[in-house]
Amino acid sequence: MSVTKLGKFAVIGLSAAWIAGCSTTATDTDSSTVAEDANSTEQANENTDQAFGAGQDGAMTSVIVDESAATNDNGMDSLAGVQTVFYFDFDKSIVRPESREALAKHAEYLVSHPDARIVLEGHADERGTREYNMALGERRAKAISRYLTIQGVAASQIETVSFGEEVPVAFGHDSNAWQLNRRVEVRYE
Amino acid sequence: MMFKKCLSVLFTCLIFISSARAQLVIEITSGADQLLPIAVVPFGYEGVDALPEDIAQIVEADLARSGLFQPIPRSNMLSMPSKEADVFYRDWRLLKSDYVVIGAIKKLPNNQYRIGFELLNVLSQKPVQKHSSIDVSARNFRDAAHYISDKVYELLTGTRGAFSTRILYVTAEGDKKAPLFKLQVADADGHRPQVVVESKEPILSPSWSMDGRKIAYVMFRNRRPNIFIQELATGKRQQIAQFRGLNGAPAWSPDGKKLALVLSKDNNPEIYTLDIATQKLERMTNHYAIDTEPSWEPDGKGIVFTSDRGGNPQIYRLDVNSKRVERVTFEGDLNTRARMTPDGRYLVTVQKNDGNYHIALQDMKTGRVQILTETYLDESPSIAPNGSMVMYATTYQGKGILAVVSVDGLVKYRLPSADGDVREPSWSPYFK
Repeated sequence: MSVTKLGKFAVIGLSAAWIAGCSTTATDTDSSTVAEDANSTEQANENTDQAFGAGQDGAMTSVIVDESAATNDNGMDSLAGVQTVFYFDFDKSIVRPESREALAKHAEYLVSHPDARIVLEGHADERGTREYNMALGERRAKAISRYLTIQGVAASQIETVSFGEEVPVAFGHDSNAWQLNRRVEVRYE
Repeated sequence: MMFKKCLSVLFTCLIFISSARAQLVIEITSGADQLLPIAVVPFGYEGVDALPEDIAQIVEADLARSGLFQPIPRSNMLSMPSKEADVFYRDWRLLKSDYVVIGAIKKLPNNQYRIGFELLNVLSQKPVQKHSSIDVSARNFRDAAHYISDKVYELLTGTRGAFSTRILYVTAEGDKKAPLFKLQVADADGHRPQVVVESKEPILSPSWSMDGRKIAYVMFRNRRPNIFIQELATGKRQQIAQFRGLNGAPAWSPDGKKLALVLSKDNNPEIYTLDIATQKLERMTNHYAIDTEPSWEPDGKGIVFTSDRGGNPQIYRLDVNSKRVERVTFEGDLNTRARMTPDGRYLVTVQKNDGNYHIALQDMKTGRVQILTETYLDESPSIAPNGSMVMYATTYQGKGILAVVSVDGLVKYRLPSADGDVREPSWSPYFK
């Protein structure tokens, strides 16, 4: 550690501490985002961000609280009771035969309601690494998406999202829990 | 002295608010074969008010945790000198201690403390280095202790110590069905945790910039993953990727200018690099298989990543200039999430064998592969900046915890948390 480097860091650290001490509101600079599709444009009122001025004492970090509310329910009677969760084999993204009947009903509804939009949320079990599981969850969601588009659903009606292993529904560390977590959930927007 | 002054300012800036919240607790499970006996004598202090921390105890714990040292218990010490003139070397020879760390603390008028320390060689009966001291405020005693540990470690092993570094990790607390996710930063020993971001939606893949001042991470918002960059000191945050599909696995380039990341906007997961200043995005891979988990080589010329283009996931190397791809791992049923040691010698991966996921180490020169861990569902390896240790996430007694293994596989310790699951460790670089 050289003396000059130390001094430089000290100055940066000081000003950083000063800034932290003075700011008590969120400084979310999303202006430079490179997002390209309108769908993901941020809506400020859907997120409750709070940055605490944790720096009164010159602390290194400040806290940002992130709460997103995202639930939608469009009461669709013709789909009442139709399965919305579809399961997969380990490390596989093949749509199981027993899923077909329910998927056909979703396809039928979407074809007859061209304004309806769905999000297919793919999930993986806890085994394997997290980002690889993000990719695996997406692959499963895309498998369902392909199945629906073959039935005539417009690709523009479907969005695929992966949660990887981050949002399990069963919490054991055994094959039963893993089976329940390897899934795609159909969510109407 | 200029150096001293700078250091004290530095420590003043590195203030953390200590919190009473549950923190990670170290449990050492195995150490090296040959441990170096060392005595860290309680530091002398002539003041009246109580000291905020026991410096010698922190140094002793640091050295013990490295798995290379065998500290002499205080209760065995025959004397407790705080300056060299008071040291009877035969006392320490009797205890079979090869080295002794002594020190003294003096309160200065400006609410600062001067902490002097010395490392002594019992055999040669001489100091290993000249007496030196640092000035800190009461809340920076832990920083001072880690600084002393770094010095002692470097003098005795020739390798720079990593005790003054920090770790990022994610915790999931509360109701399992609706947990609160927190991205936290703490000292490398788990002390002084602080929440950086919290959210009801998942947070993963935290990554440090090379100067240790910024972090990148993935956080869901409105049920979709986004990549953020955040300045640690101010909390100032920038959303840098919110494309349709995956926005994942951000990894800072060694020069700090680019971020490697995974996007599936062009249909399936591919590796991209983003120039942070110009916002220019460049696609680096082009394959219908999954390409994910990019990590830069220390010289920035290559990116190692996970791909299942060969059938099951293995590690591949991408040449940043030519974009040529070659396979790197061949052993095990699969290899994912590679990280390279700072000297470029070893590749650490998560390897699956017979259904078990363990941390593996591949020698890039000889190709030899060694399994380092025997814990359960190991993932997310992250290497200390001095290349000595790998921190990773594992499942212990049904809970997600962090654990550490040395690159030679001999030293192991756990950092369990009192409540909730802990995952996704990321070891900081040195703070320059």
